[in-house]
Amino acid sequence: MRLKYIVELKGVLKLPILSKVCAVERCGLIKEETSHMASGAQPYDGEATRPPLPMPTNLTSAFTLKEVRQVKAGITVVDVVELDIPTGEIIALVGPSGAGKTSLLRLLNRLDDPVSGAILYRARGLTQYPVQELRRKVGFVFQTPVMFPGTVRDNLSMALTLGGEPGTDPDERMAAALALAELDCALYDREGDQLSGGQKQRVNIARALMTSPDVLLMDEPTSALDPETAERLMETTRRLSREQHLTVVMVTHRLSEARRTSDRTVVLERGRVVACGSTVDVFGSTTNPRIRAFLDTGT
Amino acid sequence: MPHFVQSAATASRSIVDVSWFDLAWAFGLILIAIGIARWQGLGLAQSMFIGAIRTIVQLMLVGYVLVYIFALDRWYLVVAALLCMLIVATKAAVGRQHGVSRRLLMITGVAMLLASGFTLLYISTLVVRVAPWYNPQYLIPLFGMIVGSTMNAAAIAAERLASEVVARQAEIEAYLALGATYQQASQQSVRQALRAALIPTVNGLMVVGIVTLPGMMTGQILAGSSPLMAIRYQIVVAFMQAGAVAITTAIVTLWYRRTFFTPALQLKLQTHGAAA
Repeated sequence: MRLKYIVELKGVLKLPILSKVCAVERCGLIKEETSHMASGAQPYDGEATRPPLPMPTNLTSAFTLKEVRQVKAGITVVDVVELDIPTGEIIALVGPSGAGKTSLLRLLNRLDDPVSGAILYRARGLTQYPVQELRRKVGFVFQTPVMFPGTVRDNLSMALTLGGEPGTDPDERMAAALALAELDCALYDREGDQLSGGQKQRVNIARALMTSPDVLLMDEPTSALDPETAERLMETTRRLSREQHLTVVMVTHRLSEARRTSDRTVVLERGRVVACGSTVDVFGSTTNPRIRAFLDTGT
Repeated sequence: MPHFVQSAATASRSIVDVSWFDLAWAFGLILIAIGIARWQGLGLAQSMFIGAIRTIVQLMLVGYVLVYIFALDRWYLVVAALLCMLIVATKAAVGRQHGVSRRLLMITGVAMLLASGFTLLYISTLVVRVAPWYNPQYLIPLFGMIVGSTMNAAAIAAERLASEVVARQAEIEAYLALGATYQQASQQSVRQALRAALIPTVNGLMVVGIVTLPGMMTGQILAGSSPLMAIRYQIVVAFMQAGAVAITTAIVTLWYRRTFFTPALQLKLQTHGAAA
């Protein structure tokens, strides 16, 4: 199924036209999940131990979002979002502060659940996967890097314990993850407080890669880094996506970063998707004056 | 003025009676404390006075109740007294928390019941060998000391766990995002809560007899027991309290932490009065 994207949408208060087209195309897939959510069904108590489902392969969509809505503290932070996230590409979520970027990202590996709507991962509802298995396949890199107690090695081996593939040599796996994150093996035995901000973020990326994810969610991974370090991290991200066929969904405040790094860009405003499409098209052809003004702030 | 200090050789034979007139002299020390509070404008003078009056009234009431229970010597009255002590202690332990849920009340109550009940049973059957099994002279003071220490420990453990989970939100979610269980994600928080709750007990074991003479041991000596017998009882009490505190804090932290997570292993802080 080939996805189509329309660069610009009618306006803030209108649903994305393209998303409606996509929703129709995926009607059969979405219907089941929507009815599950609409009926008010809750994850059952044994969710964490739900038996694993075989992961579908050869799909063009990593995620499909159908009328997803999220409310926090009585405020709608994600408002009827419909979106397709293709596999193997880098998607940038941009928008002003409070647009719902992080809230949307958190829904994708179930750190939060939406109040309504459906999210499909590889054509199946998120709630159909055992949540731990889902999270191992959908890694998350936070805005502020978090180091677990101990050394870099301890951090990586903890992740390996949680979701490493059986039969792999731990040292080999850790070395590979460090290499992918472009970290020097000399840092193996350093504690978290002996690392720079950029190094910590790379350890966090390496740690997320230890569970062999198909998708990497990145919440403003460069916000605390200097421009040079941020650019190098983005280069690493591009290479990871290209070489590992990793789908990357990245929240960023830096529009120049989104422009240089991502294949596709989604613009959010007050919880709604106001523009989405190829990054070249979104940045080059958007004519809506308000969105244009926002996009031009980063150039 | 009563002459409390006696030699060890004569202690077991001399119990000095403290009359109401003697108590009035003791009240003089409270008046000094109130005077200092007023002099420094601490705003505590009134509370101190009320506290002193409450001390007199509450202890008198307890004294008469104990005299009644001892005189009747019925097992059900002893059990009822123990349950009352447990309920009051549970409410006191939970009352220190902000926005307390009924669930925390239940967790604390059950933890204190199990830990205190087990410890009392252990001590009364294996160590002191109380006969009859409900002998109020032993069960009530022993249970009082157990419940007193578990009450403080449960309060510290629950409060510290809640604050640790809030402070470590990012770390916990980083664990969860990797596919960790809630037990793995909250391991550091639980560890810190357990440490905080156990440290006073550990410190108490370290300095007992050197920095302070424990109240029970002092009371026994004042009441005429041999100091050597008093220290044996005090050792029993110290170990008993350590065991009860450890069991209580383990139950409270391990059970309470589950309430911070949804079945889908999502961290939920809103229901604990903290911002998510």
